[in-house]
Amino acid sequence: MSQDWNAQADVLIIGGGMAAAWAAIAAAKAGAATILVDKGYVGTSGVTATGGPNHWWVPPDPALRRQAIDKRYEESLGLGDPAWMERVIDMTWRTLPELGRYYSFGTDGKGGTFHAGVRGSEYMRALRAYTLAAGARILDHHPAIELLTDEEGTVVGARGHARLSSHDWEVRAGAVIMATGGCAFRSGLIGSHGNCGDGYLLAAEAGAELSGMEFSIQYTVSPAWASTRTLPYGAARYYDEDGRELDVPPRGHAHYQVLGAALLKGPVYADLTDAPPRLPPILHRIQPFTPPPFVRKGIDPFKQRWPIKLFGEGTIRGTGGLRIISDDCRTTVEGLYAAGDAATRELVTGAISGGGAVNSAWALTSGQISGRAAARRALALRRRSVDSVHRAGIVGIRPASCVQTINRKRIESDVDHHLNGYQHSLFRSEDQLTDSLHLLDNHWTLLRDHAHAKDAALVSLRETVALTATARWCTAAARARVESRGLHVRVDAPDLNPAVGVRLLTGGLDKVWTRYEDRTFAEAAE
Amino acid sequence: MIGHIFADLCIGCNQCVVACPTHVLDAGTKTPIIARIDQCQTCYMCELHCESDAIYVAPDSHAPEPIDPESIRASGHLGRIRRDHGWDQPERDGEHHLDDYHLLGLLLREGGETAARRYQERHDRRSN
Repeated sequence: MSQDWNAQADVLIIGGGMAAAWAAIAAAKAGAATILVDKGYVGTSGVTATGGPNHWWVPPDPALRRQAIDKRYEESLGLGDPAWMERVIDMTWRTLPELGRYYSFGTDGKGGTFHAGVRGSEYMRALRAYTLAAGARILDHHPAIELLTDEEGTVVGARGHARLSSHDWEVRAGAVIMATGGCAFRSGLIGSHGNCGDGYLLAAEAGAELSGMEFSIQYTVSPAWASTRTLPYGAARYYDEDGRELDVPPRGHAHYQVLGAALLKGPVYADLTDAPPRLPPILHRIQPFTPPPFVRKGIDPFKQRWPIKLFGEGTIRGTGGLRIISDDCRTTVEGLYAAGDAATRELVTGAISGGGAVNSAWALTSGQISGRAAARRALALRRRSVDSVHRAGIVGIRPASCVQTINRKRIESDVDHHLNGYQHSLFRSEDQLTDSLHLLDNHWTLLRDHAHAKDAALVSLRETVALTATARWCTAAARARVESRGLHVRVDAPDLNPAVGVRLLTGGLDKVWTRYEDRTFAEAAE
Repeated sequence: MIGHIFADLCIGCNQCVVACPTHVLDAGTKTPIIARIDQCQTCYMCELHCESDAIYVAPDSHAPEPIDPESIRASGHLGRIRRDHGWDQPERDGEHHLDDYHLLGLLLREGGETAARRYQERHDRRSN
């Protein structure tokens, strides 16, 4: 291994998707020396690059915006925040067109420009160019391993390992923004392999709290052999092995529950003969990644039937993440901000999925807001020197007992099974969640006591640790919320309980805790 | 999962090594090496970023598949993803690569509405 590499920045951003890039752009434009470190490559990392994010797009007409916010607030089932919604709509509308220097916006079909939706690979390519032009430094293939804190617990930087050049790195910064995305528990969801909940783990080790982790059940239909984007599948008919058509509700949890139950019995096949007739000839022009999984298997998806699978989307299309405690995206830890899917999106979407438009608008806005706020903080702190620095990482780095070989595959397979398995996620109940948590706690103890690695192997090991930690927070939160609300559906508590119309917080490492955000409110209900 | 890198087409630029978000490839003496296939998520990003159309990603994301390079070469798959994205393709007069893109939302909605209508009709029939 070559020598360590050290740097000083005003703002350090961890992550490499759209929220991270928007944060880096804002911080650099505000005059902060900005470094962005990503586990992969800014341009291909994460779920945006293979996707096509639409953005919440409402013109600056007060009546239209009021109407959009009122509707969304109602859908949030009491957990949204209208002030945040207004901020997100406004900033998205004003900011997205700035990308026009780097992204070739197409027509809207009516003689104007279509800004609201962008294709992922070109969007991320443009964001990379804009980030560099704004003066931020990008370090690709620089996964973060742990945060650095000062004697008061304030976050003052991060350490990690550069995978392509095999050296450790350390960046000290006046402010750190966590923008590492959500976690799909390695379901195979396209683009999500690196989304292991790394940022949740790093932040929690520094003392951060999470919110809304029970809202982590969401799936997409895809061919059984590979996850794709879902444009062609909206009108799909579904059949069992004997060719009997299944009676599948068109949307919502019931849609996935019926498909999941059928898939537990045997293969399920999709038929796209009802797809919009003008779609097949232009699908490759809209989503060029969607046809190859079929074409390369010699299947015409619009004419033949093919087996499906539901790919879990965890907190990516779910809403949970790091708790935000201010209108400038601060977490509960001094010096640490959160943006995009790494942060809770309950503020804009509440208990339902912000999948697509709202999540993208949130990623852009929380990136811009946290970038500016972090720059402001760091510029004010520029002359302050930090004497004693503590490395906040624990599990996998500093084992509590003797080092042993850990069967990472087994742990990751259990995490996938208990978080993405249809029998668990689509049929949540007290007993099942208790059993899952027990198993996951055992894995955590094993990792804490015996797991240890260095260099690139440590990056992979920390992914296993982050997956396990995230699974425990999601499971504990799902067990604590004894009701059904939005994405969180309990078969043993199918109704919404008006008394717990508040956000549920979770956190902790060895001992996972949960508590409702507004304690008096929840206590009064008991 | 990534299936093959055609050594005769590869110019050794290593752009795929850099572009792969999950660290599947190592730089080789000329052609990159598929070093960690278990980390491949079948995202096709290496193909998109390969200017020489030298990479083929096999469609199964769960397990590596046996590949016959010469039949792949003859299949027309190589470079297709990059061409469909319009990368390196000049835009013809009056036609923009992303001109169909605004239809995504409309077509998604249209599909969803078809499914909802069909479900409703089926249940109306049953209740009659």
